[in-house]
Amino acid sequence: MAKFTAKPKDLIHIDFKNPRTGWMDTPVDIREHMYCHPTKAKDLETVGFPNIHEWRPADENWNLPEDWKETVLNGIKERLQKYRSFHVFMDICVRCGACADKCHFYLGTGDPKNMPVLRAELLRSVYRKYFTASGKILGKTAGARELTEDVLKEIWYYYYQCTECRRCSVFCPYGIDQAEITMIGRELTNLVGLQLGWIGGPVANCYMKGNHLGLEPHTIKSNIEMMLDDIETITGIRINPTFNRKGAEILFVTPSGDLFAMPGIYTAMGYLMLFHELGLDYTWSTYASEGGNFGFFSSNEMAKRLNSKIYAEAKRLGVKWVLGGECGHMWRVLHQYMDTWNGPADFLEVPKSPITGTVFDNAKSAKMTHISEFTADLIKHGKLKLDKSRNDHLKVTFHDSCNTSRGMGMLDEPRYIIKNVCNHFYEMPENTIREKTFCCGSGTGLNASENMELRMRGGLPRANAVKYVHEQHGVNMLANVCAIDRATLSASMDYWVPGVGVAGVSELVGNALVMKGEKERTADLRGETLPGKEGAE
Amino acid sequence: MKILVPFFAVIALVLLAVIGTAANLHFLFGAVIPYAALFIFIFGVIYRVLKWAKSPVPFCIPTTCGQQKSLPWIKQNKLENPSGTLHVIGRMALEVLTFRSLFRNIKGELRDGSKFVYGSDKWLWLGGIAFHYAFLIVLLRHIRLFAEPTPAYLYILEAFDGFLQIGIPRLFATGVVLLAAAAFLFLRRIYVPQVRYISLAADYFPLFLIMGIAATGIIMRYFFKTDIVGVKELAMGLVGFNPVIPKSVGSIFYVHLLLVSALFAYFPFSKLMHMGGVFLSPTRNMVANSREFRHVNPWNYPVKVHTYEEYEEDFREKMKMAEIPVEKE
Ligand code: SF4
Ligand code: SF4
Repeated sequence: MAKFTAKPKDLIHIDFKNPRTGWMDTPVDIREHMYCHPTKAKDLETVGFPNIHEWRPADENWNLPEDWKETVLNGIKERLQKYRSFHVFMDICVRCGACADKCHFYLGTGDPKNMPVLRAELLRSVYRKYFTASGKILGKTAGARELTEDVLKEIWYYYYQCTECRRCSVFCPYGIDQAEITMIGRELTNLVGLQLGWIGGPVANCYMKGNHLGLEPHTIKSNIEMMLDDIETITGIRINPTFNRKGAEILFVTPSGDLFAMPGIYTAMGYLMLFHELGLDYTWSTYASEGGNFGFFSSNEMAKRLNSKIYAEAKRLGVKWVLGGECGHMWRVLHQYMDTWNGPADFLEVPKSPITGTVFDNAKSAKMTHISEFTADLIKHGKLKLDKSRNDHLKVTFHDSCNTSRGMGMLDEPRYIIKNVCNHFYEMPENTIREKTFCCGSGTGLNASENMELRMRGGLPRANAVKYVHEQHGVNMLANVCAIDRATLSASMDYWVPGVGVAGVSELVGNALVMKGEKERTADLRGETLPGKEGAE
Repeated sequence: MKILVPFFAVIALVLLAVIGTAANLHFLFGAVIPYAALFIFIFGVIYRVLKWAKSPVPFCIPTTCGQQKSLPWIKQNKLENPSGTLHVIGRMALEVLTFRSLFRNIKGELRDGSKFVYGSDKWLWLGGIAFHYAFLIVLLRHIRLFAEPTPAYLYILEAFDGFLQIGIPRLFATGVVLLAAAAFLFLRRIYVPQVRYISLAADYFPLFLIMGIAATGIIMRYFFKTDIVGVKELAMGLVGFNPVIPKSVGSIFYVHLLLVSALFAYFPFSKLMHMGGVFLSPTRNMVANSREFRHVNPWNYPVKVHTYEEYEEDFREKMKMAEIPVEKE
């Protein structure tokens, strides 16, 4: 595969003209840099996925299993009976087009099949053909079409150009949620063995080793120890967190991305410092060492299998409740699915902040609280000593993750924190934040390198809004509460808006947090010298 | 094709009614077909809704469009992120009665080849609202034909509706609005490239039908006056299951009636079912309190997991080396 070399100034020439031919008569063109490589057979074997086989998206023949068509059709039938959402969404779209220009992939590619409504129609047309009277009788006139290999390829191609961000659902008069349809469409592709490497790999890792990155227990510990060294250098304080400790009050779970690469590790340093400063009785786990859930991007069952570790570990360690780090899709799963899948967690207690006494009633049943909810409460009660000026070198804006905004509604907690730890905060334009936020463009397992064109195109609307505040206010830091954002937005900022960094909210907290017994800080968590402190050492 | 097929289908229906009345098939067109259509409508809609309702809602998946309920001092947006049943009722009422989500509509455009701008765009909302409310009022006005004596609220409705007193009979605004709104929705489908691209024959057909219905209704009322007494006689007969076919009612009425019958019979097989579906949409009608109260999935089943014991088997030595506690030494 040739390297992706397109320049931003070329990529932004987006052609919104539709093809002359109707969409059913326009065959799918599977383009380089727009899709991800298939997964390795061994990863699929690890978790027992069906119909494992060798195939390449660019090939004519995908080596589909002989009964692939039957498998897919039965899969649709089963899911119509299991999910009212899917059933209703297959039937009631009026093709009003309100969702059309809401998708970042449509805005970034101009490809009409990236309009949420057409993405849905790709599958809906098959539904009509085999499951509705009008489609069976009237065929194409009723918008129905046969399920052929080409149709399956088309569904595959476009359902992995959707990040399940739910922005379309906000604008649809019936709440039709393409994320829901995409999830089911992806399950169908999985039934016939069409899985991406960037999903299958992390899933297998997480299943066997506890986290997507496949960090083994000793590596988790040593990675964290490296952070502790850095913290000591910056603050003069040595922190001693515990791992897999029974009897701790709180189990802390965060995405493994925070333990591995920049800038995620700075966020993790923020957590470590905060918990130390509070004297929190908590533990890390190497078994439940993943908050995120790439199973969620392959099938409902796989997601449940991976998610089971959190409650299981909480039970084994005998903690009272679970605190969760910053991650987007992780919180969609924890907020809307975990308790249903693997609950009731009746062996846990309702989360209660040991510092402020606040009881998190909103998590009464699931027993898991978000670090931003926890931190905002601390700040409100004046429990943290904060020196905002240590973030004065940053002009910050905040990116709402798709999932924490549209699958949870955590909008004001992180903003409250940022405003208390930073002096310079600027919002992006109103139609691009909060429930209308734009996806980073690389969620749901699409954060590979071979699909860089897709990622940069999908990330364009978000980047474009950052560019606006960058130009207007000199914003140089894009804060967020998501491990995937920290990785993917870094790439899209470098491409579209060079000069803007990416940071987790907890990193900003760590910068501002005045710790007992710390030495005078001359650098931020990244080791960059604070303004006015040059030559202090 | 996508436009012509449904157009000619409606024309065919019109001709059918004209020929039918010319061939003296009044009973067929005035009683048999309307009954059949109504039958299909009622049972079809019930069947479809029950079929949806049969599929369970395994997960609590509201699309949250506002601040969640979390800390007491953070203001929750109860209508956009409902944490109680009352909030959901409010959210649904806004959705169904005011088309809340459509009102949010913004149009995204790439300006100067480098900047995305998003402007408020309420035309679709306006067209949709006008269309649906006009349709509703026109439908309610028709109750006059089926009720004796005329219910009092109809006089009030008509007083509002007919505020434009243009000669006699009173000009009802809604009939005209209905036609205009349907025409707007049709033109929008043709002229907005994206919408044209996604439109199916099934999107044009109901629009043509409704335009036909509104047009024939208006023609009957203001141009070729149909014998209203005869129409009422027919309508009352239908309601009383004792159909009478008055001689005085012209073929234009039968055209109107056949188009209405077609719409009713078509309804349960089509996207028009969005009328029922909007109430069943899980992203809108659920309480967003999934961490507060457990949502139960009726088909939740046990899955194969990788247990801690298995994990420790794999990594025990490494864990011990790293001084991470283990269960078995
Ligand atoms: S906004 Fe909803 S009803 Fe309209 S086209 Fe999109 S999915 Fe269909
Ligand atoms: S869920 Fe997001 S990515 Fe998928 S179609 Fe809707 S707007 Fe596009």
